[in-house]
Amino acid sequence: MQWLDAIIQGVLLGGMYAQYALGMALMFGVMRIVNIAHGDVMILLSLIAVSLAGVLPVGNIGLIVVIVPIAVAIGWALQTFILNRVVGADPLPSLIATFGLSIALQNLMLEVWSADTRSLPNSGIASESFQIGPIYVGLLPVIVLICAFVLTGGLDAVMRYTRFGRGLRAAAADTEAAAMTGVDPKRIYATATAIAVGILGLAAVFAALRATVSPSDGSAQLIYAFEAVIIGGMGSIWGAFLGSMVLGVAQAIGLRVDPGLGILFGHLVFLLVLATRPEGIMARKK
Amino acid sequence: MTGTPILSTHALNGGYGDFQALFGIDMELHEGEVISLIGANGAGKSTFLKSVFGLLPVAPEMVRYDGEAVGGTPAHRMVRRGIAMVPEGRRLFVGMTVEENMRVAIDNARLPEDEGQWTRERLFELFPILREKRRQPIEDLSGGQQQMVAISRALLCQPRVLLCDEISLGLAPKVIREIYAILPEITAAGTSIVLVEQDVSLAREASNRLYCMLEGRITLTGASNDISRDDIAAAYFGASDAVA
Repeated sequence: MQWLDAIIQGVLLGGMYAQYALGMALMFGVMRIVNIAHGDVMILLSLIAVSLAGVLPVGNIGLIVVIVPIAVAIGWALQTFILNRVVGADPLPSLIATFGLSIALQNLMLEVWSADTRSLPNSGIASESFQIGPIYVGLLPVIVLICAFVLTGGLDAVMRYTRFGRGLRAAAADTEAAAMTGVDPKRIYATATAIAVGILGLAAVFAALRATVSPSDGSAQLIYAFEAVIIGGMGSIWGAFLGSMVLGVAQAIGLRVDPGLGILFGHLVFLLVLATRPEGIMARKK
Repeated sequence: MTGTPILSTHALNGGYGDFQALFGIDMELHEGEVISLIGANGAGKSTFLKSVFGLLPVAPEMVRYDGEAVGGTPAHRMVRRGIAMVPEGRRLFVGMTVEENMRVAIDNARLPEDEGQWTRERLFELFPILREKRRQPIEDLSGGQQQMVAISRALLCQPRVLLCDEISLGLAPKVIREIYAILPEITAAGTSIVLVEQDVSLAREASNRLYCMLEGRITLTGASNDISRDDIAAAYFGASDAVA
């Protein structure tokens, strides 16, 4: 029973990781842009949410309505003013640019918010739970998981069936050929990054409700998102969701073995997948 | 040919960064016409197409399309105006199906599919094999089939001018004939064609007029039927030091 509980808690944790990973699946998996500042942008959005809580009369969950548009704007600006200048066949310039951005953001956040850990005050939902048989399940993690599931399905459908999705996949496959076919790669990339960071806005509010955040937490979220995308398979949106589940369950099981082993177990499973199936779980067969 | 050309270049200079590859190219293409551009490797044929299509920087007045100075307009805007390109090496969107490759063009075409000359249905009739393979990923197709998709993708942009860069490269002679056989159908639909081709006899047969390039300059031009093989040899390789 203890292990069943670990798996359920792991899946719920995976829901949180899936929200970190979806934007990464779009940027890294599809567009092949390595955004080192992914986690830091999320922490920034969390801290903005914490600062706005109490100021705005929208409640804590209601902050999503404010934070997501801010996130979309940040994503659009990030792509338009920074990444579109460095994106190309060579992944190194975008990696260096976002690495610099990551350091700058961390220091900016330290300056503004100091190194204290903060979180959104519990508004009932964060602490409510219900019981299934002998297992207690938190309401907030279930909401997070459902949101992640719906977002994954939605994003996957957008990539498959919409004009935007086709244009983005075309631009990711061959930017110049996409331009020759009428796609404006810069505009479509700006939209894609706006969506990716927009999803991060949702994750940021949930992360601040669920636990604490501080300016230096971004790199851990970055690693989890990377691992989830790679475990799932580059370019696959559902793969990133599944990768998040694998990571969440591995960490939860590790935690049951020994409270110090949770994160390590996640990394070990990641290494195991890399060693045995480096193309990822959901990658298309060649 | 009378009237204003649909596409023309005027003393077009172009190249990559500091390296100049094109020197004062004057060329014109009239409505319904096929012109071919021949020349050895490195003569500047592909660079010329890229310069016209907005993939390399040129001054606005160097390229005129439909009476307007359009030089340097980004390629995706050129597509909306009615120029499309079949790039060298096909450059299809890997990881997407045949039909998805076509739909990217339809999404961004000059005209909607139901108003334009070209529909998926019509192209599936021209290239029946593509109907069979429409749901297969592009990388599963043979080179000839991929070239058919590349041509279909360009035509679904509903172009008034089609730029074809080495569409016979690396294909079997039978497939080349199959692909060249549809060129008359394209011009009948009102599209003018610029054909870059290494195979000189193929280029002569398929075009009304011919331009020969050598080291970034036009060395010969005229009606394809009137030009003799010797003239072409001289223009292609440069004066008298032609092949023995």
